[in-house]
Amino acid sequence: MTLPAGLARILPMLATLVLLVAAITVVSPGFLEISVANGRLYGSPIDVLNRGAPVALLAIGMTLVIATGGIDLSVGAVMAICGAVAAKMVTLGYPLPVTLLAALATGAACGLWNGLLVSVLRIQPIIATLILMVAGRGIAQLVTEGAILTFSDPGLAFLGSGAVLGVPFPVLLWTAAAVGTILVLRRTALGFLIEAVGVNARAAYRAGVNTRVTIIAVYVVSGLCAALAGLVVTADIRGADANNAGLWLELDAILAVVIGGNSLLGGRFSVVASLIGAMITQTVNTGILLAGFPPEYNLLIKAWIVLVILVVQSPRLRPLLARRRAMRRGTPT
Amino acid sequence: MKNLTAYALFATTALAALPAAAETVGFAQIGSESGWRAAETTVTRQEAEKRGHDLKFADAQQKQENQIKAVKTFIAQGVDAILLAPVVATGWDQVLQEAKEAEIPVVLLDRQVDSSEDLYLTAVGSDLEHEGRVAGEWLVQQVGDKTCNVVELQGTTGSSPAIKRKAGFEAGIAGHDNIKITRSQTGDFTRTKGKEVMESFLKAEGGTEICALYAHNDDMAVGAIQAIKEAGKKPGTDILVVSIDAVPDIFQAMAAGEANATVELTPNMAGPAFDALEAYWKNGTVPPKFIQTESKLYTQADDPQAIYESKKNLGY
Amino acid sequence: MDAVLEARGITKRFPGTVALDAVDFTLARGEVHALLGENGAGKSTLIKCLTGAYARDGGTVLLDGRPVAPRSTADAQALGIGTVYQEVNLLPNLTVAENLMLGREPRRLGLTDRRGAGREAARLLADYDLDIDVTRPLDAYSVAVQQIVAIARAVSLSDKVLILDEPTASLDAAEVERLFGILRRLRGRGLAIVFISHFLDQVYAIADRLTVLRNGRNVGGGPAAGVDRLALVNMMLGHDLAQAETGHRARAPDDGPPAAQFRDFGRSGRVEPFDLTIRKGEIVGLAGLLGSGRTEMAEAIFGIDGSDSGTAEVGGTARRLDSPRAAIRAGMGFCPEDRKTDGIVADLGVRENMMLALQARRGWTRPVARREQDRMVADYIRRLDIRTPHAEKRVGELSGGNQQKVILARWLLMNPGFLILDEPTRGIDVGAHAEIIRVIEELCDRGMSLLVISSELDELAAYSDRVIVMRDRRQVAELAGAAVSTGAIVAAIAAAPQQRTAP
Repeated sequence: MTLPAGLARILPMLATLVLLVAAITVVSPGFLEISVANGRLYGSPIDVLNRGAPVALLAIGMTLVIATGGIDLSVGAVMAICGAVAAKMVTLGYPLPVTLLAALATGAACGLWNGLLVSVLRIQPIIATLILMVAGRGIAQLVTEGAILTFSDPGLAFLGSGAVLGVPFPVLLWTAAAVGTILVLRRTALGFLIEAVGVNARAAYRAGVNTRVTIIAVYVVSGLCAALAGLVVTADIRGADANNAGLWLELDAILAVVIGGNSLLGGRFSVVASLIGAMITQTVNTGILLAGFPPEYNLLIKAWIVLVILVVQSPRLRPLLARRRAMRRGTPT
Repeated sequence: MKNLTAYALFATTALAALPAAAETVGFAQIGSESGWRAAETTVTRQEAEKRGHDLKFADAQQKQENQIKAVKTFIAQGVDAILLAPVVATGWDQVLQEAKEAEIPVVLLDRQVDSSEDLYLTAVGSDLEHEGRVAGEWLVQQVGDKTCNVVELQGTTGSSPAIKRKAGFEAGIAGHDNIKITRSQTGDFTRTKGKEVMESFLKAEGGTEICALYAHNDDMAVGAIQAIKEAGKKPGTDILVVSIDAVPDIFQAMAAGEANATVELTPNMAGPAFDALEAYWKNGTVPPKFIQTESKLYTQADDPQAIYESKKNLGY
Repeated sequence: MDAVLEARGITKRFPGTVALDAVDFTLARGEVHALLGENGAGKSTLIKCLTGAYARDGGTVLLDGRPVAPRSTADAQALGIGTVYQEVNLLPNLTVAENLMLGREPRRLGLTDRRGAGREAARLLADYDLDIDVTRPLDAYSVAVQQIVAIARAVSLSDKVLILDEPTASLDAAEVERLFGILRRLRGRGLAIVFISHFLDQVYAIADRLTVLRNGRNVGGGPAAGVDRLALVNMMLGHDLAQAETGHRARAPDDGPPAAQFRDFGRSGRVEPFDLTIRKGEIVGLAGLLGSGRTEMAEAIFGIDGSDSGTAEVGGTARRLDSPRAAIRAGMGFCPEDRKTDGIVADLGVRENMMLALQARRGWTRPVARREQDRMVADYIRRLDIRTPHAEKRVGELSGGNQQKVILARWLLMNPGFLILDEPTRGIDVGAHAEIIRVIEELCDRGMSLLVISSELDELAAYSDRVIVMRDRRQVAELAGAAVSTGAIVAAIAAAPQQRTAP
């Protein structure tokens, strides 16, 4: 993966992001202003990076899962579970490191569960992860006992609203997670093996790839990413909201991966492109809020923008049409 | 789990030990989908205990068929009254008819049904629009003649609390041209969205111009208060914060001077219900078909810390 | 001869291969014409070109002397060419009558006339000795009945040509006989029937004439009575009887230690338990018709889906070969028959495809350094003469022969002691073909043991030290030393009736 090739891969997404930012700046001229208030960076671009943190974190794991040809619908519910575990532990008086480890371990365990269902029991990923998606909020509610479990531990709250050198901590967290993941993928053969499994699992199996372990691994990574995202949203509001934490975010994460030009069928993937996709969706969200439209139009506007983005940058549109024309297939008797 | 069973056993024996004169009341609750709902259950149990009634509790877990089954069981057991918090508005005619034939009065809590009025004794509930009006009137009184730009955090778009609390607030500030809603956006009743949307309000309005925040529920206000703080402003002082529901956490914020007022959606629907039932049992007094609960306004002057302490164990 | 359908010079190309190479095919009125050939010979491609499912790249089709070019199967149907596939293409949850009348329901007052449709359907089926309730759903009946319903529908729509693609594959003997009765009657009515089957006995029982395809070419045929079983197998497998026996690779039998030894090894439902010993530097050929259990045997050895009986010893140690990973750890490699689904990772490049097995063996934490990868890949591209513009080219875009070489390279850079090649030269152009044979012999000379499955019997006879012949999922003959010859292999294959005996 040489640099120019990598750049060419993410260029359409970058261009989309730039155009989107330009369009929003026309509607809300103050969009790009950044100032320092209270010793931290302040402004809409910072909001985008900050508010986009949960989806960005989820998109990292989701990209890997989708690269193997799978999908993880449970990440939103896993966020709620991990947030609930963290809030519970910290209110019970456990020290912060133990609390964080417990939340991450919970996320990894959820990922392991999904991975086992998919790779060992061979359940379709969409169904396998649907189980935890549905049951997960119930589990989170058991942990929080139905209420929003609030806490005041400043250490845990720092994950959501703290800042280092003026940069909000969630921004640092997701960029660090992204850099870490990309380094691991490049420095090891993990990315290669994931792609091989995603493109042709039968061939990879016959070439001696441990497809089972590879698939379990990506779901575990996805679970860990969901745990981090769950910690961020829980810390952000200083409370674990089992009903609403991460609600529908699995769909935003999948959207980010798709806007990033990754195929839902698996195979070649780019984590960076997915992250730009996450920022594109968040820019749309923040832009809509700033523009001050009546809320009844929010979803419609978002849907239209997403549709336009997907149609415009769809690299598969043309080859697909070309192939349709070449392979004329009729309906058999 | 073991503890829970032990507790349940204890509770049953404790109830059984009550004076024989006690009436038996069945309570068909929806479930425990929100903190408020859990508090309603707790308060109903407390009210029953206080008044010496024997409360039989059934949790329908959001399913109407469970609830209908529970009501039928209550009828079979021959309870003296049934409290019903209906999960949906339709489909109650038959079971309510059965209760009527068994001469068991039914009181609806918190939600209404689409059945004929003569099938139930009365309904106890709050008036969502009234709540909004109380909040608006408080703000009018608070700002006097000063110009005040208000930002509004709406509930889930299209939901009836969002529509009615918005309309009520607008009615409350009507005629006071110095108060103007400059931005209104949905925060989906959640803390996270409340915080995110407030951040964008602060940016879009440049911060200084916002005089007050009206949130359709306390959770969004709690989220927005954090956003205001992070923007370097003082919630409660620089920006007035008024919201609805009166959940415990907003009292903490009020105690800290970060929120100014909240309008209570009381979880005590059972109190007025028992009052009506007791009068009915005593001399057949038929209550009106709708009993509106009080939409009490709480401010920082009401010793919020004490209220927080009294509310925090209700299960919110 | 009264030709109803005449195809001349039909050509069809797919990226990297020529599926049909100027094929001529003539079908006479009132005959059953068997179309024969091994997998990949071009039978289904020819059918698809005739019925408009594929657009042909060259050639003409005359129907009743007039040129036709159907653009879809519906088009072909309207012209008079009907097709019934092995998997019955009807709607199982609709009634028999609805299936028969679909798309041409009798109407009354603008609505479908159910009673009329039922009467019409019953009338159609009367010709087929089929007394069934046409108002019941199709899937209430056996596959055989469904097949007959499909034929009835096809014949009622198209009255000239009926194409049957492996119609007997899931029928029992009585059902086959019943089907043949119907075919004979339809033939008597002047219909021309194309019959595709792997079961030679059935072909001889029903066909008037036959045509054999191999590697996309028409390699012969004629009246069924004039082609004996041996000649037919020869044609299908591509051995020219007139051709002199190719010289057998003369090598002294190696008495050294066995490279791999299997005792009573098998997998129920796939291949019967077999014994097999392969010595160091030995090439063992595996021959048999399609479905004889060749591939299943190879896959069992390589741990695909595991084995459930017997023992395996590779390199002198007992092994549990329960996965390809275990087989690879034991020093084995496997080039599968179906390159596209089991071999290449099409979206990845040449380099990544070559490195896959080695990297999988090392595990994800120990990546092969990029410089080392480039060196190895460049080395094998040169040694195997792989035609690719660069090492990052998507493998899916290479020709079949080059894809095969990439997979071969994948295993060679692991330096395996025992390599299995399943149809290494199928669908490969002549140049690459020779190249691969050369590599096979070279590997063997370097001490590698090979198990080669091939339908190219001349080749197999030429380079194998021993040849095992499979039939009905079991080993039926073993030819060694001087006994290895194409003729002997063909004789062993054709010696007995096929898997299923038609009465």
